[in-house]
Amino acid sequence: MANGNGSNESGGIGVKLGERAKEMGDRVGNSQVVTSIIRPGSIFRKGYTDSPRNRSYVIMNSVLYHLHPVKVKRHAVKVSYTLCLGGLSFFLFILLTVTGIFLMFFYRPTEAAAWNNVQQLETAVWFGSLVRNMHRWGAHLMVLSVFLHMSRVFYHGAYKAPREFNWVIGVILLVMTLMLSFTGYLLPWDQLALWAVTVGTNMMGYTPVFGSQMRYALLGSKEISGDTLLRWYTLHVLLLPFIIVIFMAIHFWRVRKDGGISGPL
Amino acid sequence: MAEVPEHLLKRSAERRKALGLPGGEAADDAPADTGADVPAETPAEEAAPVAASAASDEGVITEDKGGVPAHLLERSRKRKAAAAGGGAAAGGGATATATKTAPIAAPAGTGPGGHTQRLLTVVKSGSIQQTRAEAQDKVHTWPHLLVIELSAALALTAMLLIFSAIVRAPLLGLADVNQTPNPSKAPWYFLGLQELLTMFHPMVAGVTVPGMGLFLLIIAPYVDTNPSNKPDDRKFAISLFTLFLMFWSVLVIIGSFFRGAGFNFVFPWNDGIFFEL
Repeated sequence: MANGNGSNESGGIGVKLGERAKEMGDRVGNSQVVTSIIRPGSIFRKGYTDSPRNRSYVIMNSVLYHLHPVKVKRHAVKVSYTLCLGGLSFFLFILLTVTGIFLMFFYRPTEAAAWNNVQQLETAVWFGSLVRNMHRWGAHLMVLSVFLHMSRVFYHGAYKAPREFNWVIGVILLVMTLMLSFTGYLLPWDQLALWAVTVGTNMMGYTPVFGSQMRYALLGSKEISGDTLLRWYTLHVLLLPFIIVIFMAIHFWRVRKDGGISGPL
Repeated sequence: MAEVPEHLLKRSAERRKALGLPGGEAADDAPADTGADVPAETPAEEAAPVAASAASDEGVITEDKGGVPAHLLERSRKRKAAAAGGGAAAGGGATATATKTAPIAAPAGTGPGGHTQRLLTVVKSGSIQQTRAEAQDKVHTWPHLLVIELSAALALTAMLLIFSAIVRAPLLGLADVNQTPNPSKAPWYFLGLQELLTMFHPMVAGVTVPGMGLFLLIIAPYVDTNPSNKPDDRKFAISLFTLFLMFWSVLVIIGSFFRGAGFNFVFPWNDGIFFEL
């Protein structure tokens, strides 16, 4: 009798607890804090079951709407058309930003410290070597993928009206990518860095009329020195990424405004 | 009943009238203070024959001919008669405008003249042009495009991670301005220019050629005015660009692998590779 009562009671408590938990969940889900964070119509609020309406909501009610329209041309999603080159260039930029920020924690752009810092990064920092390798190989890969992206766009005639200006922005992005790679090349401050940059910047000194001034502005001194290191570090981690992000934003915006990607052939 | 839109009431009244059901007039009168916007300077005597002729057409749906619906004309005639009567009662000296607006008691919260709606324009049916966007074969970005993008990004991350775990980035000795390595090479993407440096004056190789190259790339879309993107229609453009690509690729490959000490020409299988990434 007592046992029966007890089990009944515990069952009752279990049900009550379940109700309580559900009530609490609803209260949290409907609270001002949660509803202010998750937009109305977001699949994170409504739940997702596969339907054309919800497929639209995934894009429309998320930050992805800044990058993609709700629908794209069928031929545009063929991997064989774009080879994902533009998207992968952008993704490599993100990857390089993340790994680059990691490297910044362990690096000082001075003549005395730079090489030692990289050496310590290789030997004394958890995943330091891996992240540095990813940053370097990713950078070379990005130069390659941007270049291949440009070739792909040319072969598809995708620079034609109304996309002429987006091609011009693309050329600017290619130049920016090369500059980002080149400024990063100096930072390890080893023999490879120093002399590769010496060869590269010597060529710039032959610019007619104001060649030597240009070289001086770029190096921060007559020859490559600690001043150059600081200057190129700032260019590499701040100025050039800042500018390239602006041009990338315009580039992606124009892709959509000019009617999505070109084609089909 | 206030929440039933006026145009629905109007339509219902019209239909009732057409079918000869009762209640057509009553429903017609209910929103009377909103619809009939007759120019105030029109004398009632002028409006009367029009209304009469419209009344004679009653039973025929005149809207089909693009005319003013009969019930509206009827309503307008009624209001004018009421206004004329009201004006006369008020003392004859009032202007036409005053006679028109005087009897309408403006409900609180409505616009000038008591109107809750304003007719902006009447567009005859058939005068609206039907335009249709050309149908395009489209698919939803989610999942079709996003799945591809996410898998491409994941695959790239995985490959880069594995490659970086296996292959170490070079780190040579501390930079020393007094010890020039032999050969000294620029980063690989500039090796084409460095290769040109062996053949031309530095100003040509380092400034003019790359400058011209960039300039040509930038003006390419404005020079190539051929609108087609079919490979068959643009053999010249494709040949030219392929030539451009081959030119740089060959120069970069020679600069990377076929240049040894003193930047002299070597064969990598004889003298080894003088190349660091």
